[in-house]
Amino acid sequence: MRQRLVRWRQNLASFGKTLVRSRMGLVGLTMLTVAIAAAVLAPWIAPYDPRASIRVSIEDIYARPSSGHWLGTDDGGKDVFSAFVYGSRVSLIVGFAASMISMLIGGTVGLVAGFYGGRIGNFLMRLTDIFLVIPDLPLMIVIVAIVGPSLWNIIFVIGILGWTGTARIVRAQALSLKERQFVTRARALGAGNFYILRRHIFPLVLPLMVANTVLVISLSILEESTLSFLGLGDPTTLSWGGMLNFAFTRGAISAGAWWALVAPGLGIVWVVLACTLVGNTLEEAFNPRLQSHHLQGEDKMVVRRGPAQAAEE
Amino acid sequence: MAELAASAPCVGQGDCILEVEGLRMYFPLPRGLLGTLRNLPRRAVHAVDGVSFKLGRGEILALVGESGCGKTTTAMTLMGLVGATAGTIRFNGQDVTHLAEHPARTARASIAALNGQAHRREPSVFPAITMKRLRRQMQMVFQDPYESLNPRVTVFEAVAEPLEVHALTSSREEKIERVRQALDDAGLTPPEDFMTRLPHELSGGQRQRVVIAGALVLEPVLLIADEPVSMLDVSIRAEILNLLDELRSRRGISIVYITHDLGTAAYFTDRIAVMYLGRVVEIGPTRQVLANPRHPYTKALLSVIPVPNPRLRRHRMILGGETPNPIDLPSGCRFHPRCPVVFDRCTQTDPQLSCVEPEHDAACLLVGRST
Amino acid sequence: MAAQAPEASLLEVRHLSTNFVSDEGVFRAVEDLSFHLKKGESMGLVGESGCGKTTAMLSLLRLLPAAGRIVAGEVLLEGRDLMELDEAEMRAVRWRSMSMIFQGAMNALNPVRPVGDQIGEALVVHDLAPSLKAATPRVTELLEMVGIPGSRQSQFPHQYSGGMRQRAMIAMALACSPQIVIADEPTTALDVMIQAQILELLERLQRELGLAVILVTHDLSVVAELCHRVLVMYGGVLAEYSDVDSIFNEPLHPYTRRLLEAFPDLSRLEGKLVSIPGHPPRLNKLPPGCRFAPRCPEAFERCRVEQPGVRQVRPGHWVTCHLMEESAPNAHG
Repeated sequence: MRQRLVRWRQNLASFGKTLVRSRMGLVGLTMLTVAIAAAVLAPWIAPYDPRASIRVSIEDIYARPSSGHWLGTDDGGKDVFSAFVYGSRVSLIVGFAASMISMLIGGTVGLVAGFYGGRIGNFLMRLTDIFLVIPDLPLMIVIVAIVGPSLWNIIFVIGILGWTGTARIVRAQALSLKERQFVTRARALGAGNFYILRRHIFPLVLPLMVANTVLVISLSILEESTLSFLGLGDPTTLSWGGMLNFAFTRGAISAGAWWALVAPGLGIVWVVLACTLVGNTLEEAFNPRLQSHHLQGEDKMVVRRGPAQAAEE
Repeated sequence: MAELAASAPCVGQGDCILEVEGLRMYFPLPRGLLGTLRNLPRRAVHAVDGVSFKLGRGEILALVGESGCGKTTTAMTLMGLVGATAGTIRFNGQDVTHLAEHPARTARASIAALNGQAHRREPSVFPAITMKRLRRQMQMVFQDPYESLNPRVTVFEAVAEPLEVHALTSSREEKIERVRQALDDAGLTPPEDFMTRLPHELSGGQRQRVVIAGALVLEPVLLIADEPVSMLDVSIRAEILNLLDELRSRRGISIVYITHDLGTAAYFTDRIAVMYLGRVVEIGPTRQVLANPRHPYTKALLSVIPVPNPRLRRHRMILGGETPNPIDLPSGCRFHPRCPVVFDRCTQTDPQLSCVEPEHDAACLLVGRST
Repeated sequence: MAAQAPEASLLEVRHLSTNFVSDEGVFRAVEDLSFHLKKGESMGLVGESGCGKTTAMLSLLRLLPAAGRIVAGEVLLEGRDLMELDEAEMRAVRWRSMSMIFQGAMNALNPVRPVGDQIGEALVVHDLAPSLKAATPRVTELLEMVGIPGSRQSQFPHQYSGGMRQRAMIAMALACSPQIVIADEPTTALDVMIQAQILELLERLQRELGLAVILVTHDLSVVAELCHRVLVMYGGVLAEYSDVDSIFNEPLHPYTRRLLEAFPDLSRLEGKLVSIPGHPPRLNKLPPGCRFAPRCPEAFERCRVEQPGVRQVRPGHWVTCHLMEESAPNAHG
């Protein structure tokens, strides 16, 4: 048991080190931390409760940013900043939850297809191809329109359509891992398939899977925003996509209320960019095929100080 | 088709721990759609094509040959990692040839088999139980010390792995004690220092010792070492070979030492079997075979191996061409296309191993009694 | 170096030092390496993994990877210091005067281009042929020189066997008729018989073309057959450098002596194989003093604190060992 804890710490440490070492990773990590902090601390950050009903007068509608409303108000007179902060919750929850589902499905499919191969591997890969070929967004729209736009439905739909990339990467990794000598050694010792999967293949596939999942998070958030923007979001919650939808359909543009559009838009960009930066950094570190070695330019190769000085040393 | 099992009677006291007779391992090649439609004959990679030898208790046998000769496939077949196509393997008198096979499935081949990589098939459920028990007595050491260990697994876990797989220990203390003992036997002292380390913190020689410790922890009676020192620096090879020798003398473990390097084979093995294209072409006591080789291939090999003596001028028999692929074997003696002393009967008759001296056999029409 | 090599040296390397800069510190891969090579001479550069021999050779051609820095030394090719040249001048030298057969080269052939094209490319890049088509006759000539039928130049690398691919790499190295060829472990991954074929080929080419060859290997036995001079490296420094006869029959450095005993000698089956306890030093965590001291059975106090310098203890025989100074104070040539 102690060994397993040690390994967990090792894994986290290697993740952390990778991110901190790369500038891109560090920036992404900071951005992501800010977003998560905002979501978690929303009740304390947001000056107003977006659910509270208020009485408004005409001046409160699409009011400009002021000291009372940092990002102005929307078409209902509600504070945009509070809605923005609370909206991060929905986007992030949907993003993370959906990508967890994707990781689960994709990881399992990839591991089974890569490790067992053969007919079942072929079947799973063709299944993956089918899912890849289907255009995600139209299918999502259709399904959500049928089952109804609740939060869990949306999470579920995004999750079951987003696993194909993960499956491919995991399968490739499992395929190469199963040929490695320490797996042969385990077999020679008498280990069965399940033991090898548990002890050798899965732990080595996990970092890559995690790195890929972070990228899937950004895709999920985008998809949720798109669905909400198209009006298929959960009506009981207000996500950034939903804010954009309302802004568009309720005349923010003609009212010149740029704050109602820019804020949620930037919010989406912020989180997606953060996840992409972190995900790319992790993937470069953990996917052995993405590593590259560059031949240095000539200018730095010869740095000696000259033959006369060299003779003195 | 019984091979003339004319290989040497077992040396050393006691009976044979391993008897291999007429072992064959063919990997069928896929015919493709056109081939099936035209009903072309099925071709196969004849990786191992009739190998016979015996191994006595406490004996070290060297299996020597170049790449593609089938020595690694033989090892994989002995370990049950692939199922044999034909022939028998007897371990301690018991026939274990088909333990690892799944009867309903036929082997699917891969072209990679041409390069000597084994084709892995999953053992079926019931025979696997017995195979698993067999594996406690038969262990393997691999070539690449940098690849044999999972980079994320500590030395302790790597050596304890066999104990876990076979569920042999009931308490953690017992596990630690057995691992400690195995590390000590493998020369990694003090064992406590090494238990928490990861493979990348160890040198090549130390890693190989960890693999050997992992093989020893189950207290096997047979060790199959596949090129255990080829990837190590020259200056540390001898200590690993000395360790293997010591395991034989102290614990009576029999060893099959597989290598392409005749020099190291000469150093510590009792008997040597030279393989070419899936067959044993010469077998006998090591000193005898190397001092007095009878098969033209052995003679040629010995003449071209570099010797660290610049003053020695010898006649080198450099064979032309390369080892032919094991798919389309030459007719008659499989060595005849490259043989420097080939004559007409060689293209028609396939020589079997026959006795040239007591305990020394060679498969050549020019030596011994040929069939 | 105490004495200069005679003027006939084609290549003279003086006090070459190369470092690698990385997160884990500075790796002093090569330190104070000096040797000379005459026209038509072959030198064996012998050492185990991590001793810096490949780095030294890459430094000669200035082909180090991103983290490599040549920090000292001169490489005089016919009197010209290669370290002083700019990139364009160096490009003219590379391959035309000095070329290299890289380690594992046979796997470095581009799998989607015909072998003949890849050899022809060397000619085109160095302006020895105006186009790949025009290069065909010379490519045929080169392939035949290494024992491959010219008709096979349109085939792809996977259609060649391992030995043939290595021959193709040799042909590529000879494309621009260099004077010096550096062969980095040319036979390491090959079978014994193919190894013999390749070595015989190298010997023949060296004789017929008057090539100077630097053979980099860990296998002392190969060097005994092929080379005139031998340089033994350990931990990035020169341990011993002399002609092949002296190295094998009168080795002076403790490492050389033990390395010789670690090689099995099939001509003397009764010999005992020894090993050197421990392992080579990591080049970023070098011991103070002599780099071999931790493993040397003859080390004494001075060895552990002071690094020995390279001394010519006999004419043409250089050793880096404190023992040599103690026992042979008047042996300078």
